[in-house]
Amino acid sequence: MPTELLVFYLFAAVAVAASLRVVLGRNAMHSVLLLIVSFAALAGLYITLDSPFAAVIQIIIYAGAIMVLFLFVVMLLNAHKEEDYVTSGAPAMKKPLYMGAVLAVVLAAELVWALVRTGGAQDGMLAGGAAPDAAAIGSVRELGRLLFTDYAFAFEVTSILIIVAMVGAVVLAKREL
Amino acid sequence: MIPLYIAQFGIVLAVFGLLLVAAAIMVYSERKLAAAIQQRYGPYLVGPKGALQPIADVIKLIFKETLRPKGADRILFMLAPIISATAAFTAFAVVPFGAETDLFGLIDHKISLQVADVNVAVLVLFAVTSVSIYGIVLAGWSSNSKYSLLGALRSASQMISYELSYGLSLASVLVIANSLSLTDVVNAQSGNWLGFIPRWFVFLQPLGFLIFMIAGVAETNRAPFDLPEAEQELVAGYHTEYSSTPFMMFFLAEYINMVTAAAVATDLFLGGWHGPWLPEYLGWIWFLVKIGAILFFYIWMRWTLPRLRYDQLMTFGWKVLLPLAALNLIVTAAGVIYFAN
Repeated sequence: MPTELLVFYLFAAVAVAASLRVVLGRNAMHSVLLLIVSFAALAGLYITLDSPFAAVIQIIIYAGAIMVLFLFVVMLLNAHKEEDYVTSGAPAMKKPLYMGAVLAVVLAAELVWALVRTGGAQDGMLAGGAAPDAAAIGSVRELGRLLFTDYAFAFEVTSILIIVAMVGAVVLAKREL
Repeated sequence: MIPLYIAQFGIVLAVFGLLLVAAAIMVYSERKLAAAIQQRYGPYLVGPKGALQPIADVIKLIFKETLRPKGADRILFMLAPIISATAAFTAFAVVPFGAETDLFGLIDHKISLQVADVNVAVLVLFAVTSVSIYGIVLAGWSSNSKYSLLGALRSASQMISYELSYGLSLASVLVIANSLSLTDVVNAQSGNWLGFIPRWFVFLQPLGFLIFMIAGVAETNRAPFDLPEAEQELVAGYHTEYSSTPFMMFFLAEYINMVTAAAVATDLFLGGWHGPWLPEYLGWIWFLVKIGAILFFYIWMRWTLPRLRYDQLMTFGWKVLLPLAALNLIVTAAGVIYFAN
């Protein structure tokens, strides 16, 4: 078995195992940390795909920024035991459970659809769209050039979306400005 | 001739050992300098002029009892110092500390004096720094103590706030050097202007250097930004409940982080191993001299300046440092485009 495949299976196994523990674990704090482990394993997968930039950005953004916020929320709400809440069968618990189930089904359907759609192409996922050459993924310069030329619209729309979300969060959190 | 992988392995071990030694030297010089500034003697009993004091400290710490508070999260309580120390060591892996060398003819082709020459070195540095926050936050939370938790919260919010200015000031250097690799950044600083001014980026980026140094002090939780460990308010901050070896690991991580911050500042702004008089293969001597100067400045500042208030720290970070860093980056980018044409 080639080393690359072995490394892939190693990181994939870590990612899947950690993600399962995130969902199945009862300790919110441990779940947050295992989610970080899962992100780190994904970063490892990016490196095997010759994209160190994406890997490092994955760690900086997700592990370094977003998960720290999660950690703060969990820490400050002190919600590290959800045992009683789930098993109590309180009616307040039912709604989120149903919502979660629906979302899970939708996600599974999407995944199946994506795999069926790209399954026919020979070169895997990238064959679906216009495949950028390998150098473009590896070099930061090329990545930046693509981001600000070919994908400029998507980039700007995303940034506006994030600003809207930020303003919304501030407005919701501070009723009186 | 020794094989390449053995040479690489030797470099890894050497960096590891040297970081430990550097931490010991830092502890000793910090205590001696503090004493000198406060007109005391400082440590003088163990070894000549007290030079073996750090070793005595380590032995003392190892033989202490490892305490764990009741109600502490057992796994996370032990994991936190490990994360801190590991992140501190890992960060130095991408820092180059000397020119390419063949180790005095021991190997047949040249290797660079660093553990890993990554082409996104600067970003790796950021990633590792952002992971190191977890060591502190987890220590504070898992201790199940209010002082620890408050210290950790302060520490995390401080590190996140100052990381932005840190990153922006660093980005302006990367724009000039046109690379994310630290080796390239250092090599872009070789030579002189007008024959005598070294082409260090500190002369091109005085404001960037200032912001970088200030944010670096805040990132390493040193005075006057050592709010996380403000004794009067928080006992000892996030590591209040730690004793023995786990405490030592936090202590070690703090000093190694300082050394790394100084090394990165040297590589980015002070020309790394480039300097007059010495041949290039002895460039690491210049590197050590520059790191030493920065570290001396750190210690000097700690024992001279009073601690800021927390709101002052946050106001300064967000309303002064961040806009200045952003402005600096914009002006730099405009300048690079203007002079490139």
